[in-house]
Amino acid sequence: MGLSFDLLINAVVAGILLGGFYTAVTIGVSISFGILDIVNIAHPAFIILGSYIAYIVNQTFGIDPILTSIVMMPVFYLLGAGVYQIYYEAFEKRGQESLRGLSFFFGLLFVTEVTLILVFGVDYRYVEAWYIGPSWHLGVIDLPLRMLVPCLVALALFGALQLFLSQTFIGRAISAVAQDQLALRLMAASPTRIKRIAFGISIATTAVAGALLIVIQPVEPSVGREYIGRVFAICVLGGLGSLPGTVIGAMLLGIVESFTSTFYGPSWAPAVAFGLLLLTLAFRPAGLLGR
Amino acid sequence: MQNGMFLLVSAVVAVAVFFGARLVNNDYVFFAGYTVLQFVVLATAWNILGGYTGYVNFGSAAFFAMGAYSTVFFHKLNPLPIPVLILIGGVVSGVVGLGMGYLTLRLRGAFFAIATLALAVVLATFVVNWDYVGGSRGAYIIRPNEIAPIGPYIQYLFLLMLSLVVLALACARGIERSQLGYGFATIRDDELAAEASGVPTLRLKLVATTLSGALMGMAGAPFPYYIGYLQPSSAFGLEYAVNSIAMPMIGGTTSWVGPLIGAVLLGSLQQIATVTISSAVNLLIVGLLLVGFVIIAPNGIVGRVRDRLRRREK
Repeated sequence: MGLSFDLLINAVVAGILLGGFYTAVTIGVSISFGILDIVNIAHPAFIILGSYIAYIVNQTFGIDPILTSIVMMPVFYLLGAGVYQIYYEAFEKRGQESLRGLSFFFGLLFVTEVTLILVFGVDYRYVEAWYIGPSWHLGVIDLPLRMLVPCLVALALFGALQLFLSQTFIGRAISAVAQDQLALRLMAASPTRIKRIAFGISIATTAVAGALLIVIQPVEPSVGREYIGRVFAICVLGGLGSLPGTVIGAMLLGIVESFTSTFYGPSWAPAVAFGLLLLTLAFRPAGLLGR
Repeated sequence: MQNGMFLLVSAVVAVAVFFGARLVNNDYVFFAGYTVLQFVVLATAWNILGGYTGYVNFGSAAFFAMGAYSTVFFHKLNPLPIPVLILIGGVVSGVVGLGMGYLTLRLRGAFFAIATLALAVVLATFVVNWDYVGGSRGAYIIRPNEIAPIGPYIQYLFLLMLSLVVLALACARGIERSQLGYGFATIRDDELAAEASGVPTLRLKLVATTLSGALMGMAGAPFPYYIGYLQPSSAFGLEYAVNSIAMPMIGGTTSWVGPLIGAVLLGSLQQIATVTISSAVNLLIVGLLLVGFVIIAPNGIVGRVRDRLRRREK
């Protein structure tokens, strides 16, 4: 039979590595959508922005893209805090977040994409780093470093965020925003301030996710759109507001996509995430580890 | 004004628009006008769901493309007259809208919005992999140059789209003043309270998604004849999604006038910008206007005008 064990095990490994990367892409949405109830569909646009910054710095100074992205995190944090401030003043305070807030983020996504197209054109951009190219081989298993490094960075990011959310006062306050805002106010913490911090963190993760994206594949401005569905599929699949759920969801999607492209051809892969999303919404809207 | 009367008046206006356009004696007017009219239908259709019930649909392009691709399918199978194709496109997109709504409308509003985004990508992937309708290469539709009583074919397409505009506007206005419209408004204002007072919210939402989807499909059905060569990327273009949201938002979402004003203004502006500047810049303008309007004038142009009139009365 043509379906060999080697092919199967490599598809699983490739899926897990891809899933690791998806964790980094989704973890921000897991905070903004899962915990704060802010449907930030512009999230992938910030990721692409992160990719382009990593690209520019890499091209001009030859600095490692992942290193650049970690340095850029505070800048993205401020950007996120600023966006939240506008969102809060214009929509949340007036109670219009559903219709107009969504349109606001949709417009933001669109404006970022078109601006990037106007500045950089629609050519694919890529970066150079020592881990792009070589592979490790463990028996029959191929471990391309181009996938392994992003996966490890993503898991480190997840670990750090999980620690922050469970161990620090602000982290726990962020989880509390989703549950009981009045109780939070009684603890002398302003929900708006906590949400601003949380949204800032969520955008800060896109700096890293963007650098990982451009390490994995060449990037052009409209690549982000493919990730909208993936990101929300993972978020819903894992269960809203649960970071470990996000990792599990990301891994699952990675494996399913990797199987689809190995056995049916890569042109079907984009539909997998959405199919999965629709199925989850129809049968288990609370997700795997939902609250 | 009664609904019948409104239909009559708008038909008269439509006829006047058509003959007015013929006076210019330049086919470009019809090419540009067709696009603007198409956006009027899309914006009005979007507003039936988005403006009246408050559920955001990001997948306008999917419903539009479904209408376009059902035309391609039947064109290859057995050529039919375009009015029949418009009906078919409407039915196909309406059914998909119903199915989508059934899957997601029982959940919180945001899920519906995300699922509509997802729908667009699933359908685009499906079309790209479906060779019969051209796959990723696209499909050619050769349109005749002339059609018997009207003359140039583009005028015929223009006329068809104009009739769709009348239909869509009459539909939207009819809903607004009916029990259905009041039901939609209760969902928009407070779904929980509506549900508790016995409004059949799920059924109403399904009616809205079906109707809105069907109108978008109808707008898409003549598109392959207009463009001549249909590619997945042009049928599923993001500009349909962003325009059909931006136009009602800029015009005003609470009445049928808003999407009409928004579509005519923004549609014409884009036609001018495409010719004079570039098509990428004109999309940037739409995006910036959308963001600007939702922040500064949340009720659109109609809301602004209404506020001003009310202030003057006092």
